[in-house]
Amino acid sequence: MGEKTEIYSGIRQKTEALLKIKDMSLSFIQYTSGLRQTELKVISGLSMEAHKGEILAVVGSSGSGKSLLAHAILGILPSNAKLEGKMEYCACTLTQEKKEELRGKELALIPQSTTYLDPLMRISDQVIGSVEEENEGLRKKLQRKIFRKYDLKPEVERMFPHELSGGMTRRVLVSTAVISSAKLIIADEPTPGLDDKTLKETLSYFRDMANNGCAVILITHDIEAALKISDKIAIFYAGTILEVANVEDFKNDGEYLRHPYTRALWNALPQNKFQAIKGHQPMQDEVTDGCIFYERCSKKTEFCSKGFPNLKRVNGGLVRCNNVS
Amino acid sequence: MYLKGENISFGYKKDNLILKDVDIALESGEVLGLMGDSGSGKSTLCKILSGYVPNYQGTISIDGKKISSKGYNPVQLIFQHPEKAVNPKWKMKDILNEGYLVPQTILDSFGIKKSWLNRWPNELSGGELQRFALARALSPNTKFLIADEITTMVDAITQAQIWDIVLDIVEKLNIGVLVVSHDKTLINKLCYDVISLADINKV
Repeated sequence: MGEKTEIYSGIRQKTEALLKIKDMSLSFIQYTSGLRQTELKVISGLSMEAHKGEILAVVGSSGSGKSLLAHAILGILPSNAKLEGKMEYCACTLTQEKKEELRGKELALIPQSTTYLDPLMRISDQVIGSVEEENEGLRKKLQRKIFRKYDLKPEVERMFPHELSGGMTRRVLVSTAVISSAKLIIADEPTPGLDDKTLKETLSYFRDMANNGCAVILITHDIEAALKISDKIAIFYAGTILEVANVEDFKNDGEYLRHPYTRALWNALPQNKFQAIKGHQPMQDEVTDGCIFYERCSKKTEFCSKGFPNLKRVNGGLVRCNNVS
Repeated sequence: MYLKGENISFGYKKDNLILKDVDIALESGEVLGLMGDSGSGKSTLCKILSGYVPNYQGTISIDGKKISSKGYNPVQLIFQHPEKAVNPKWKMKDILNEGYLVPQTILDSFGIKKSWLNRWPNELSGGELQRFALARALSPNTKFLIADEITTMVDAITQAQIWDIVLDIVEKLNIGVLVVSHDKTLINKLCYDVISLADINKV
């Protein structure tokens, strides 16, 4: 543990860490046949930090377990989940009770899609949420102010979720987080399917939140969107973080990137080489002894097939790879 | 062979048309891009072209002939969310072979592994499901493919993989593809021609 803290302290640190996660792992207990149980590991050895005033993007492909990370932080995992490791919020251990107390107040989730809104509840009621009667007037005023800021017309208050367009829904979901005066905001895939204009707008909301002193964790598969607004990018693959890079590292052919997977991801973008590497992310039940990227790696050595490399500091970022120094 | 939509008009409400007098043509072997803002009716147009929406105005035809509502539709639509396009209670091998018996060569080119066939849809990721959705739609009877934001939900590597395979197969089978996306750079990389829905929609 001590060793990892040291590693982190080397990364540029403008502000204090609001959330620290150390060596988190998450597994699900499943019944296979009869009463036989198996444990399916979905996140392993994950360490990360979210800082005030910063946007940390967690970028990974679908099925890598990134939404589960959000659910783990908020304490909304299903009952068969087994969570291990350390989580600290404002230098206090974040227990399940603490999560329940803080979520909706200091911790907020901006979910991915419309399906997270109650289809039978009017928009303003959903944004305001459950408040004591005496505070209702105050919250209503605040909600109006936020709606004006996000260019949502007064009619929207009385609408139901199905009457909103994709962009409007996104703004409503953002409002729910803003009204809660949260300090840590976790946005889970907030961007897919938005056109350029709405995308820029949505991203600017997150930048605003960070500039106002929030810590924002942006979970996405869209590396381009992440690069536009984030400060740091954590590359998530098969349940763990392979690299934490600074935004400036993503340029040219990716020679400043530390992990071969990050480089492949960068070169696969249509505006770069649009080049695919072979293979696919290993599934949770395909257990490997060595590096999780071994099968697809262009730089693998004999050594990589044994033992998963630890996170180490390289050039102001973190990487899990034997072949960089 | 041409897929043509002529004077297509449609609205979900009577007094509120989304599409008005839209003309669109797609040739065999052509890869055509379609762009437009969210809510502008791209997906609706895709559904109309591939026969999912019946009560539109105008005509859809292949080489002047109307497409029969019976039998295999030569215009196949691929959705943005593959998990919504598969039956959650069927195993992947049944989903895959629902339309035709998908040959091993196509499975190999999509990198679909044997062990995936015995899984349920919720045991695969979006990128893997999308490979299944494409493999089952690329039968010899398919003449046109409507790809509605098919790689929006996957990571960049999977996106490059999927398009690499699809472009290769459609070229071999001489299939015309309509690529719908918000991503200008992706469209420019894939398509010879790009149209903007706003330019052809007279709403």
